[in-house]
Amino acid sequence: MVLLKMKFTQQRRVRLAQGLWLLSWLAVMCGAFIFCLGVYLKTELLRRAEVMDNAEIHVVPNILMMVGLASIGTNWVASRVCQDSMDASRFPRWKVLLLVWFGAAALLCCLLVAVVVLSYALQGRLEESLKVGLRNGIRFYKDTDVPGRCFQKETIDRLQMEFRCCGNNNFKDWFEVQWVSNRYLDFTSKDVKDRIRSNVDGRYLLDSVPFSCCNPASPRPCLQHHLTDNSAHYNYEYQAEELNLYSRGCRQALIDYYMDLMNSTGPGVLSVILIQISVLVSLRYLQTAVDGAMALENPEGNSEGYLLEKGLKETLEEVKANVLDMLKFGQVDPAAEESPEAAGGEKAADSPTEKAASPPSTS
Amino acid sequence: MALMLVKFDLKKRVKLAQTVWFMYWFAVMAGVLVLSMGLFFKIELRKRSELMDNNESHFLPNLLILMGIITCGINAFGGKVCYDSLDPTKFVKWKPMLKNFLVFCVCFNALLLVTAVLCFLMRIPLQFTLAEGLRNGMRFYKDTDTPGRCYMKRTLDLMQMEFRCCGNDNFRDWFEIQWVSNRYLDFSAKEVKDRIGSNVDGQYLMDGVPFSCCNPSSPRPCIQYQMTNNSAHYSYDHYTEDLNVWKRGCRDALLSYYGGMMNTIGALVVLVTMLEVAVTVGMQYVHSSLSTLANPEDPESESEGWILEKTVKETFTDIMAKMKAMGKGSKVEEGGEAAGATVS
Repeated sequence: MVLLKMKFTQQRRVRLAQGLWLLSWLAVMCGAFIFCLGVYLKTELLRRAEVMDNAEIHVVPNILMMVGLASIGTNWVASRVCQDSMDASRFPRWKVLLLVWFGAAALLCCLLVAVVVLSYALQGRLEESLKVGLRNGIRFYKDTDVPGRCFQKETIDRLQMEFRCCGNNNFKDWFEVQWVSNRYLDFTSKDVKDRIRSNVDGRYLLDSVPFSCCNPASPRPCLQHHLTDNSAHYNYEYQAEELNLYSRGCRQALIDYYMDLMNSTGPGVLSVILIQISVLVSLRYLQTAVDGAMALENPEGNSEGYLLEKGLKETLEEVKANVLDMLKFGQVDPAAEESPEAAGGEKAADSPTEKAASPPSTS
Repeated sequence: MALMLVKFDLKKRVKLAQTVWFMYWFAVMAGVLVLSMGLFFKIELRKRSELMDNNESHFLPNLLILMGIITCGINAFGGKVCYDSLDPTKFVKWKPMLKNFLVFCVCFNALLLVTAVLCFLMRIPLQFTLAEGLRNGMRFYKDTDTPGRCYMKRTLDLMQMEFRCCGNDNFRDWFEIQWVSNRYLDFSAKEVKDRIGSNVDGQYLMDGVPFSCCNPSSPRPCIQYQMTNNSAHYSYDHYTEDLNVWKRGCRDALLSYYGGMMNTIGALVVLVTMLEVAVTVGMQYVHSSLSTLANPEDPESESEGWILEKTVKETFTDIMAKMKAMGKGSKVEEGGEAAGATVS
């Protein structure tokens, strides 16, 4: 039972070829779009690579770029096939390639679906990576004289100013870390000695934050130091103060940013998947219709186009049988040298499609 | 003796018309470009109009928008005329107005060149507007409770962070004004009373700057307050400290930003003017070649094309004579009426 049969007149075949040619060029543009999307996403991730601990999330833009390039190639091939489909002399050479093409197109669609799924699934991993990266960034904020870490201060400052966030979870993260380098601490002063002795690790801890946490929308000049001490500032109450610093944590800010980015690309990717599937289906119809027409006595007559020659179940069984034959063909060869006659009988019974050179056994 | 005479046969005329038609479409896109540059410039000025005291001059972007629209219009018209010039029946209706159109084009090109020159020159008034606006802006930094000025603090902070600048000329401008609102000053504290008493206007002046002046590239946490007091901070010398706050003044930063923008726009308008001159010359050739057909009935006959019918000097004297004649003509009419009145 043929799957989804459709009748095609010559005119319909020509229309299908023309429409498919346009559609495949549209799909080439979509492939380029997917590639550019992947490049953009990768650039954005690389820009903040310093506050990310691992690069697992990079699999999403990498797949997008590969799929984009592959899609450009496959759809260009589809447009060439369309051009040749109306010419009976040139169409047959595409026969074998088309099987590979269908496999490649199906693979591309699966990869695109995988990308959409991954971009949601990897959110947890991204969060973990940012948590560790930001924690390290805050710890190494003061190490502006240590090679390899000397840019952490600038990175964290710019990050906090650009994303309007402070600290990892909130601004209190800065209270737990020494973010002032020892080079700028006067160890002879009483205040410094007190603070250093007040904790186990001997760190200079403050209830202060760096200037990059300051919120420009605050009506009052920024209060950075002695944040928990209400009496240190006139008309200041620590619990009620809202606008002084950024209230959001940088991890949340970055997650929101990247998730927005990936969510906004979601509809684009889904529509590209739809276009690719429609190219695949249309090309299959074109292939079968043109093949049918070429087999007729009158090439300009009506022919039938279908998706699968037999039903879905039968096609799957046939494919399975073919694959097993190929495997068996590889296995039988060494055995054939030992007992060609016994093997020949077996082979003849098992797979009539084989081109085995051994003569059929008469025994 | 015509200026730059060229002989044309039918094939050459067709090729000329097609080339000029193609160039006209390029010129339409150039007009769109000028329009969009005018819009972009207008938006950029609007974005920072608070820093320019809200009295910045929008003359230049408005002029650019107007020129862009007119360019699009006349180039579309010219393209249509070129397209019709290949068909003698259609071209007949355009023929009479073509001369005036070309004169209008020449005047318009001159105006376009003036616009380009203006783009380079308008930097100077902008400089004064910016200086005035920034000075006032800094004065109103503390007025976050005054309606109409409550966003000045945020605007200035964001601008200093974005343009990496501090103060008007440099960071010391902040030492000369009170940028902390009185709402947050404890007037019973001795320090506050000292500072207010230390100057004539009773302002709370500090040697401190807002946080937006801080430079993130500094190796040490930002020193905002008591900047001129070396003993207030460990291992600090305010004479040699380089990276602590931004060294550049905001007037310089904004001026170089807008100046660069205007220079680019000016250069692009010059290029558009050259394109316009080229299409005007092309149209003149089309017009002259179609009006000098050797045999007016036969479209395949030869013809000549030129930029000017006579030499530059002769054309100039012709124009002067015409203008004098127009001037005398009105005088002669009055004399004629008077003579007629006396005669009759």
